[in-house]
Amino acid sequence: MIRVDVREQPLNVAALQAEVGRAGAGAVLSFVGTVRNDKGGRRVLHIDYDAYVPMARRILQSIAADVARRWPTCAVVIEHRVGHVEVGQASVVIALSTPHRADGFAALRHAIEALKRDAPIWKREYFEDGSVWVQEGS
Amino acid sequence: MEVEILFFAQARDLVGRASLRLEVPPGLRLAEVVETIAAQHPALRPALASMRFAINEEFATVQQRVVAGDRIAFLPPVSGG
Repeated sequence: MIRVDVREQPLNVAALQAEVGRAGAGAVLSFVGTVRNDKGGRRVLHIDYDAYVPMARRILQSIAADVARRWPTCAVVIEHRVGHVEVGQASVVIALSTPHRADGFAALRHAIEALKRDAPIWKREYFEDGSVWVQEGS
Repeated sequence: MEVEILFFAQARDLVGRASLRLEVPPGLRLAEVVETIAAQHPALRPALASMRFAINEEFATVQQRVVAGDRIAFLPPVSGG
């Protein structure tokens, strides 16, 4: 099973973890990207995510499908939030299940790295004295 | 032929709009469409070196040719996840 979404509504982390559970899966893993309150010593007030939504959905779908091809995954779900996200809230969740944990860790890492490299999504950080589009690598 | 140009994040800020329609000669390569846009919106030029592009929601190289109705997106360095 593969499912992806890009949406404005808050992400339900527990529901996504439950969604990928399978009788044959000994490992259920999740990555939850969370908005931090600090950027290089400056206090982050909140984040705004911009996205090319139809393309982002395609890219997330292809990442999930690629993961399912390379590792014996039972289920993969990827959801990314767009719009206004508060400090402490989840901006992205990748949840997947595999028979054994080694494949699960490898698949999860591959998925988040691919998402960060290719998903047409942009983060704007808001500070007390202004805002800035995040540059890659920072 | 008409194509649609989409701008995101910093590109949208620099151009001042999210999208525009462009009339171009048939058989044009993406590189030439980009150059046409940059000539109309010089503020974009410094950002072009780090820009990626998509045609109809798929990453594209600047050598690809565009056809009527194509949606061309200017994608600054991404920061999702």
